[in-house]
Amino acid sequence: MTGRIIILLAGLAAAGPVLAQQAAQKPVETVRAAVLRVDVPHLPPISRLDTPPGDLGFAGARLAILDNDTTGRFMGQDFEALEVTATPETAAAEMEKLLAEGVPFIVTLADDATTLALADQAGDKALVLNARARGDALRGKDCRANVIHAAPSQAMLTDALAQFLMWKKWPNWFLVAGSHPEDIALADAYRRAATKFGAKIVEERTYEDTGGSRRSDSGHVQVQQQMPVFTQRAAEHDVLIAADENGVFAEWLPYETWDARPVAGSAGLVPRSWAPSLEAWGATQFQNRFEKLATRPMREEDYQTWIALRMIGESATRTQSTDPATLKQFMLSDKFEVAGFKGQKLTIRDWDHQLRQPILLATPTVTASVSPQDQYLHQSSALDTLGIDRPETECQF
Amino acid sequence: MKAATAILTSALCLGFALPAAANRVFVSNEKGNDVTVLDSETLEVIGTYPVGARPRGITISPDGKELYVCASDDDLVRVFNPETMEETHTLPSGPDPELFVLHPSGNPLYIANEDDNLVTVVDTQTHKVLAEIPVGVEPEGMGVSPDGKVVINTSETTNMAHFINSETFEIFGNVLVDSRPRFAQYNDQGTKLYVSSEIGGTVSVIHPENQTIEKKISFEIPGVLPEAIQPVGIRITKDGKKVYVALGPANRVAVINGETDEVEDYLLVGQRVWQLAFTPDEKYLFTTNGNSNDVSVIDVAANKVVKSVPVGQQPWGVVVAPN
Repeated sequence: MTGRIIILLAGLAAAGPVLAQQAAQKPVETVRAAVLRVDVPHLPPISRLDTPPGDLGFAGARLAILDNDTTGRFMGQDFEALEVTATPETAAAEMEKLLAEGVPFIVTLADDATTLALADQAGDKALVLNARARGDALRGKDCRANVIHAAPSQAMLTDALAQFLMWKKWPNWFLVAGSHPEDIALADAYRRAATKFGAKIVEERTYEDTGGSRRSDSGHVQVQQQMPVFTQRAAEHDVLIAADENGVFAEWLPYETWDARPVAGSAGLVPRSWAPSLEAWGATQFQNRFEKLATRPMREEDYQTWIALRMIGESATRTQSTDPATLKQFMLSDKFEVAGFKGQKLTIRDWDHQLRQPILLATPTVTASVSPQDQYLHQSSALDTLGIDRPETECQF
Repeated sequence: MKAATAILTSALCLGFALPAAANRVFVSNEKGNDVTVLDSETLEVIGTYPVGARPRGITISPDGKELYVCASDDDLVRVFNPETMEETHTLPSGPDPELFVLHPSGNPLYIANEDDNLVTVVDTQTHKVLAEIPVGVEPEGMGVSPDGKVVINTSETTNMAHFINSETFEIFGNVLVDSRPRFAQYNDQGTKLYVSSEIGGTVSVIHPENQTIEKKISFEIPGVLPEAIQPVGIRITKDGKKVYVALGPANRVAVINGETDEVEDYLLVGQRVWQLAFTPDEKYLFTTNGNSNDVSVIDVAANKVVKSVPVGQQPWGVVVAPN
């Protein structure tokens, strides 16, 4: 390793024209952002493999800042993201601190209600980038002009699965939904997707969350008795779809159903913004970089936080500006596009500020398919076959 | 056993060669961990040879004596005798080498290290690392000016073409292009630099002297979704008049007029076409089709696809021996 020459960019910026020269002329400017993660106390998940890591979302932020800074070196731009955790009770106070410090971009990892409250609190002081909440109401009647949604909506996820199931010619669905409000909203999204793509929900059941042990030593013994009985004598169906946003029961369904039918939705084949198995479109390198940094596979929250901060970085590169208003304006313009290792450019819907993106359909070990499926066409973008399209939006900014 | 057969075949070829000398065509198979060798005249497979883990970038020395393969998952460049396909030595490459370019003189080799945001410069004679140059995020495309004075690297997430002085290893210019720049190619006249943007769906034509974008070429193919048009590999005829661009999952190669930079034709090839290579006489252009596991052969004069040849798993790169 002797004799290596490490060239430091700082020392050579003056030599070149164009961007390098500009970088040398102006002092380094910083783009400030924060990631605010609001953790709701939860029982442990069904599987110990799903236990949320302490750096959930933050690890994605760290990779985004590294990526932004590497580009920033050529532009005279520096990026930072504060990492803040809160509970639903302390979220408002933490948000207040960030607003008082004048942080102009706040990536939130929170549930629907908290996200909406934080957005209203931020008002015109900060742009909120939603990296977790999936509710369609947040993009519909509760939409806010100061929010951009990096996380896909429930409608996008359910449409993505519906397209695949219709391609499979599995149009008869047995829908099992949990009893929490988010589960009920997700079940609504599946009903909407069924209507949109011509599937039929032949039976619906509700799985009540009665609390209790999800992961005791005898868990599987109980489950082996309960799940077949729970799914017994359902109308003839091609696939069972689980709507379980809180991880209460869905993971127990595969192989435990009364009828020999595949499970999809919240377990089995799951529509997701990201899966650590994805290798196409340069994703291998991206996964490698993340795993080297975080020493664990990338989760959806990490991807969604990463893309949110990359959207800011990309806007700063393209506008050659660090002015928050300029960046926001660019992000919401038709000139904005960002690459996200999903095989095509990602853009923002002007009617509800949702990031258009392909949705992966993944099992725990492989990415089985990616929607939109080729057969579904759209007059402006195939990605708009997923989720709430312009004519149907209830959003009014 | 395979190697022995190859030597025999090659000896036969040399012994009874037809007037138009056949060249060997080397195709790296990313998932197969091997290289398929074709005969450029008969278009038949000569043999398949193991070359290490995840071979991607592939090139050959100007004298035709050394074949270089980026063994991405082995974190090194493996060097083979192109005649025997026996490994002669390895070169240090830095982690995850993806694509590289040789100086026109055959030395040094400039390698993009995708995972480490570096370009590594390696002396092909002494096998020593001469420099590591920090560039943007996910460096991939590597080009070199015909006079060897400028090396180009494209960084896929930073979205820039970096201009590097090949003697001082200093970056002296950065040009922002559309999303995910994959490949950089000068014309032989040195008057134009073509950079493909996979996600942006365009090819930027850059003036090398003042580092400005002269033109952005975009593509439109009836019946093909715009998102599927993803330009990657670029090759240009020696006279600079015809530019060929591989369009990825659009399964087409675009033919561009090198003087006007207008698209003149689209040629249907195999699935997910990424890299291209001419025979030295520019009679044929070979394309690697990663999803259909084959190589399409384009008759350059006629602009027609004349054959597809099955190769290994996920063909990635291709190079044709100069002799």
